[in-house]
This record gives sequence, C-alpha cells and structure tokens, in this order.
Amino acid sequence: MNTQYTRTAKSLHWLMAVMFFGLLALGFYMHDLPLSPEKLKLYSWHKWAGVTVFLLVWLRLFWRITHRPPALPASMPKLMQLAAHAGHLALYLLMIAIPLSGWLMSSAKGFQTVWFGVLPIPDLLDKNKELGALLAEVHETLNLVFIAVIVGHIGAALKHHFIDKDDILTRMLPGHSSEK
Amino acid sequence: MKRIALTAVFFLATLVAALPAQATEYTQLQADKSAINFTYKQMGVAVEGKFKRFASQLSFDPAKPATAKATFDVELASVDTGAPEGDDEVAGKPWFNTKVFPSARFVSTGVKPLGGNKYEVAGQLSIKGKTQDVVVPATFTAQGKSGVFDGSFTIRRADFSIGEGSWAKFDIVANDVVIKFHITTNSK
Repeated sequence: MNTQYTRTAKSLHWLMAVMFFGLLALGFYMHDLPLSPEKLKLYSWHKWAGVTVFLLVWLRLFWRITHRPPALPASMPKLMQLAAHAGHLALYLLMIAIPLSGWLMSSAKGFQTVWFGVLPIPDLLDKNKELGALLAEVHETLNLVFIAVIVGHIGAALKHHFIDKDDILTRMLPGHSSEK
Repeated sequence: MKRIALTAVFFLATLVAALPAQATEYTQLQADKSAINFTYKQMGVAVEGKFKRFASQLSFDPAKPATAKATFDVELASVDTGAPEGDDEVAGKPWFNTKVFPSARFVSTGVKPLGGNKYEVAGQLSIKGKTQDVVVPATFTAQGKSGVFDGSFTIRRADFSIGEGSWAKFDIVANDVVIKFHITTNSK
C-alpha cells in the first residue's frame, strides 16, 4: 500500500501552495495601492496567476480522482478523519470558487482578463457596477475563509508531525516518493 | 377658373413640401441621442470609456457637404474611464489636467464626400493645449427629421501629452486610443 503521495500530487501541492501565498499577499497588497502603472501591472499579474491556478486545480482534481491518496492512519479517531476529509474538500471547493469569483468580478467590472496579455479569457458577465462591487466582496470573503482553512491545514499537519508523530506531513514532503 | 385655382394651390403645396427637403440643414445636436466613446488598451486588455457631456455647433446639408462645418467641445471632466478610480486619476495633471484644460475641441476644416453616405471630415483636434490635424471618416444617415453621424478614428495619447510621468510609457496603457462617435442632429 502506498504510504506516500505521488510525485505529481506533491509537485502540484507545493507549486500551488507557493502560488497561493504569492496570490494572497499580492491581492491584499495591491488592493490598497493608489492608482499607478505599478498597480495596474500587479492586477494583471494577479489575474494571470489566478487563471493559471484555476487551470492547475482541474489538473490536480483529475489526478486526485485517478490516484487514490494514502489512507489516513488507523489510529486517527473517526471524527478526526471526517474533519480531515471535510477540510480537504473545503480546500478544493475554495481553489475553484476563488479564481472563479475573481474572473466573474473582472467581467462585471468591465476589465476582461487577457492571459499573459495574449490570450483573452471570455467575459462571463456583462458590465455591471453593483454586481462588480458585490463580487469583489465575495472574492475577498472567500479568501478570508481560505486563509482560515489553510491555517487549519498547516496546523493539523504540524500537529500530526510533532504531537501524533505520524507520517501525515512527511508523506507530502519531497524525496520519499513512491511513484516510479 | 376653379381648375386653375386648384392647380395653383396644388403647385404651391408641392413647392412648400419640397422646400425643406431640398435644403435640409442639420444644425441641432441631440445630446441625449449622441455618444462619444473611446477604447484604450491596458496591458492587452481593451477597456471602454466615454464622455458624458459635450456640445457642438454644426451645420450639414447633404446636398452641399463642402460647406459643412462642425465644432465639438468635450467636457473632459465628464469622462467615464470604466473604473471610478480611473475617473479621478485622468482628470489630474498627468492626464487631462482638467483644471487648466477643461475641454477638448474639434474644429472641422473641410468635409469631403466619398460617395454614398461616406464622408471624410478633416479638422483640428485640440487637447491639453496641443493641436493636431486629424481626418475623421464618418457616415451620415438621414432618419426623418434627424441626421445621424457615425464613425471612429484613432489618436495617439502621447501627441497630446495625455498620461505623463510614470504613465508616459506605453507598456501599461497603450498609446493608441480609438474614439468612436454617434452624433444625432436635428434640422431646424
């Protein structure tokens, strides 16, 4: 039985983790900047990276469905196992909902997303100021929830490693991959 | 006698009816049925904006296009850039500097018929103290009492120092700005 995540699953996990930290930091930073060429540039970068993670999450979801992850330790109480699954489900839902809300917000605000300045992503909504403002709230709120779930995710991983002393953390770390 | 009188009345009536049709001169801007929009590119993204207030003195007689004249004054502070934050920004000094240069002005210097309903309007466009010659292609459509002009032309913002300082480079906001107009006029 596999005790490790596959190399692909690990790569996607850590690549996206780094991108989420960058996107979150950039998102909160650029939001409060006064209008400047820098600000417009950062918004474009944020949107390009957002489209990228939105594509990556579907790839990751496909991989997750076709590659069963290692089972949780039998020593874990049923309720905790359930909580772990619920947490991971929430992370997947947020990884889809957050870029989607950003895409919808950009459409409603009348600023189309052009991926890397080259590939135009279709607008999902017509321009609508009120809806744009509402979707900005949605995008921000979802991200605050995302941060809370990520904190829980990291906290749980550390608890497993340092308190329970099981392999929950190490099986996602690079270098022990079982994938041939 | 009666027949002659009737004929005379008929003739006169025809003449009166034909008169305005012969000399229809469109002079009254219908601001609520007119629009001046523009499109600019921001890091490859086309963004649409518009000017909400503008005035015009014009006279256009389709039968005598060579004598046509048009002056447009666009209130630059009425700009809608598509983003509220942008509206305040472009009113400022690096962009329109509306405190010193409140309006943009277009004055026609000549109208050339291109056949059909197509015309070419040459004129001078002044924005922010800088004047450039522009050639504006336009189509004219008579709709009952109204005459409608449609067209678009491209200006380069740098020609008018629109977007100075940190905005002067074109990597974020492109140089080309497409101005699109839909002008409805009435005859008197």
